[in-house]
Amino acid sequence: MYLTYKATREALEKGEITCQNLIEHYLKRIKEQKHLNAFIETFDEEALKKAKEIDQKIKAGTAGKLAGMVIGLKDVICYKGHKIQAASKILDGFVSRFNATAVKKALAEDAIFIGRQNCDEFAMGSSNENSAFGPSVNPHGKNRVPGGSSGASAVSVAAGMCLVSLGSDTGGSVRQPAAFCGVVGTKPTYSRISRYGLIAYASSFDTIGIISNNTADAALVLEVIAGKDDNDATVSQKAVPSYSKVAIPKKKWKIAYSKESMQSKGLHPEIKQQMQNTMQTLSQEGHTVEQFDFPMLEYILPTYYILTTAEASTNLARYDGVRYGYRTEKKVDLEEMYKKSRSEGFGEEVKRRIMLGTFVLSASYHDAYFTKAQKVRRLIKEHTTQLLEKYDFIISPTTPSPAFGIGDYGEDNLVDYYLADLFTVQANVTGMPAISLPVGKTKNELPIGIQFMANAFEEEKLFGFANYFEKLFASEMVK
Amino acid sequence: MDQTVVDQYELVVGLEVHTQLSTQTKAFSNDVNSYGDEPNTNFSVITLAHPGTLPKSNKVAVEYAIKMGLACRCKIKRYNIFDRKNYFYPDLPKGFQLTQDKAPICLGGYFDVHSERGEVKIRLNRIHMEEDAGKSIHLEGAAFTMVDLNRAGVPLLEIVTEPDIRYAEEAVQVMEQIRRLVRYLNISDGNMEEGSLRCDANISVRKKGDEQLGCKVEVKNMNSMRNVQKAIEYEKLRQIKALELGEEIISETRTFNPDTGKTYGMRTKEALNDYRYFPEPDLPPIIIKEEDLKRLESEMPPLPHELFMKFTDEYKLPSYDAGVLTDQKEIALYFEDLCKYTSNYKSASNWLMTTIKSYLNENNIEIGDFPLKSAQIAQLIQLVDDGQVSNTVAKNKLLKAFLKAPSVHPKTLAERLNIIQESDDDFITPIINNVLERYPDKVVAYKKGKKNLLGMFMGEVMKESKGKVDPKKANQLIREALEK
Repeated sequence: MYLTYKATREALEKGEITCQNLIEHYLKRIKEQKHLNAFIETFDEEALKKAKEIDQKIKAGTAGKLAGMVIGLKDVICYKGHKIQAASKILDGFVSRFNATAVKKALAEDAIFIGRQNCDEFAMGSSNENSAFGPSVNPHGKNRVPGGSSGASAVSVAAGMCLVSLGSDTGGSVRQPAAFCGVVGTKPTYSRISRYGLIAYASSFDTIGIISNNTADAALVLEVIAGKDDNDATVSQKAVPSYSKVAIPKKKWKIAYSKESMQSKGLHPEIKQQMQNTMQTLSQEGHTVEQFDFPMLEYILPTYYILTTAEASTNLARYDGVRYGYRTEKKVDLEEMYKKSRSEGFGEEVKRRIMLGTFVLSASYHDAYFTKAQKVRRLIKEHTTQLLEKYDFIISPTTPSPAFGIGDYGEDNLVDYYLADLFTVQANVTGMPAISLPVGKTKNELPIGIQFMANAFEEEKLFGFANYFEKLFASEMVK
Repeated sequence: MDQTVVDQYELVVGLEVHTQLSTQTKAFSNDVNSYGDEPNTNFSVITLAHPGTLPKSNKVAVEYAIKMGLACRCKIKRYNIFDRKNYFYPDLPKGFQLTQDKAPICLGGYFDVHSERGEVKIRLNRIHMEEDAGKSIHLEGAAFTMVDLNRAGVPLLEIVTEPDIRYAEEAVQVMEQIRRLVRYLNISDGNMEEGSLRCDANISVRKKGDEQLGCKVEVKNMNSMRNVQKAIEYEKLRQIKALELGEEIISETRTFNPDTGKTYGMRTKEALNDYRYFPEPDLPPIIIKEEDLKRLESEMPPLPHELFMKFTDEYKLPSYDAGVLTDQKEIALYFEDLCKYTSNYKSASNWLMTTIKSYLNENNIEIGDFPLKSAQIAQLIQLVDDGQVSNTVAKNKLLKAFLKAPSVHPKTLAERLNIIQESDDDFITPIINNVLERYPDKVVAYKKGKKNLLGMFMGEVMKESKGKVDPKKANQLIREALEK
């Protein structure tokens, strides 16, 4: 099947294939690759029915911008009339009564949603192992995690189970699995896409993100799903540019990398090598690649974990067993009902983060942790903004290491596990857009991702550059 | 208890008053805000806190808060955020309440009250916005509690006073003023029985002259003005008694039972709660612009204290009259309007306070439904002032006729009813002469000094003239006839 939407659409317009063929194809791929545990469920009949309708529209010439775009939905994005549970037992049986704004906008342009995808519970994790449905598996290498939390969303695109996935990115949850699976992960500026209908993990960090085979598909989808929304008071009111029409600008870019990221202890040598090669190529092409000092790097992760867990601890308070979802079967009083329902319903990682967040917000520690972390966040943001006024992009590896093995991390080496987000969280702490592009593989055939971060609302520039980068490194892009 | 003991103590009260705003929609969603509907009908996925939902701010609720702040002479804060106050309860769907508890929109302000210690100011600490929780209904004997989420998310203002109150009646006056203001501003119905105006009182006592405040008790569930008074008075005596017995006052929440008139301790673990206040990240800050504030200021209706001042200073009415007239906005505005057509303000006040008010009460209607316009009442006042009809006749016979035929000028009606007063000597003198002839002994008695017989003669003259003579004129002529 076609790896780009452009090719797909052309084939559809020419009548070489139909949307129905596409859906049948992807459903078959999903069935054949059950072992990757990517989809929690598929919407077979509905998708086929929709496909037939859109085939008619294509014939009639009335099809929308995304006709023939088959999308997988991470299990944190609401789709009316469909189950949603953030891969958690606590939302067992819950059916959403409304469409996320992103879903609504995509549907209006004739996208088809094929199913909901596995992920880390409530988007908390970097490996897709924290799921009530068990881990999803990386199609590259053996027994490797696909990354997380949108692990299965990356698996689905990498393994051809859908053309594009909508995931969510709170600390790298779209870019990190994209890097691990050798696909493109796009996290737009915070507030660029409405969060209405995205199950909240950490409200001031969460963004819907896009996983695709190429940057053009991401640009097109973003163009459709971004923009104003009455249901999200924090969404940006800025007009949405035509990202899909961005041409490759003929210019020399100014790119910066931090000394600290290249010297970071946990950086895998093959990834470091790939970074160096990439930067060298860019220099040779006449672009400026400069080093800068970013001593704040070591504070980024603690800031991120304090603030996101604080937000999560109150965002997840609504899952209490009272109105919907899982409630303990034990006959107990009200307080015990809360305790048991939540203890039984949430997984370990989610409970750990709720506890952490509850702790940092508690009266005695509020100032020492939460208030201080907010200040540090502001500093990081100011500093990053200044840098990005001087440079077009900050380049970094997307991840310090390639995909690790399933079960490699547990309670004993949790901090190392959290380090997987080291390079991605800066874009969430600052709200800036970033994209992870697949460049090369390790000796073990594991994909490597390189990340570019731009200043807030500079998606157009980022896509322009990414298009160029894609062509420049075409031979090294993961297949 | 011995009054001299009670008198050694001073009561200290601060109020926390919640008022439900009468916005069309809830504070953070478009769900209908309406009292008394079928339970669990006014909500959407937002009120239910379904996964993926987000709050949206209600501009009207913010404007209401500002209006109340302006009316209470508060400082209005320009940059406002909401905090999440986290706790678990079945009637709190999100697991947190959005509140401005820590960063209120209105600061300062005051109410003027008067009590046995004279005129005093009760200072306001603040007014802040928050959302209401749902309602938990514990039916007696039921094995479960029922939850109605219609109220969940309804916008509230919390008005918090400093502990400046020393007498129960002052607390009642503060409550009355709040109720009056929210009704003047049309931001709440101020109904205590239905819970749209709720009062919690922090009550303590201390020995007179003590600087330090006593240990305070929070009393809830006073759902009428009378109960506010009774609860505070009861609680004051209860605390004094306890202190006199050497007992310690426990800082607790107590509920007032209107049937017994007593307060009872509630067994709650509230003191253990850490609410983990946290700024709501799903709402951008609410920034109040200069132009918005200016507009709201210009939209402010006349306020009761302003009207009171006007009525006493400009119209020279007694404070009693001004108080009664300003109690209800519609009455006050009717009066204001009436004063455009007459300059006999005192007479206008009397008409409104007694004659019209009793008509409204008898017919159970509001002033808005009163059939006569203020200009028409002014016509009646004018007829009396011109000596055309007597005050009594105007307020009875003529008013009745006027109410039945509001389109006819009252003078025409008076003529038709034959109640125009005669002040002509030629009309009155023969009647007086008749009366004096009928009572020769009384005339003698009067001349010998029994001056109070004048009233009897007046009565007879009025009777004989069927009330048509101008009493002032008749009085003068009778006296002249008797002195002859």
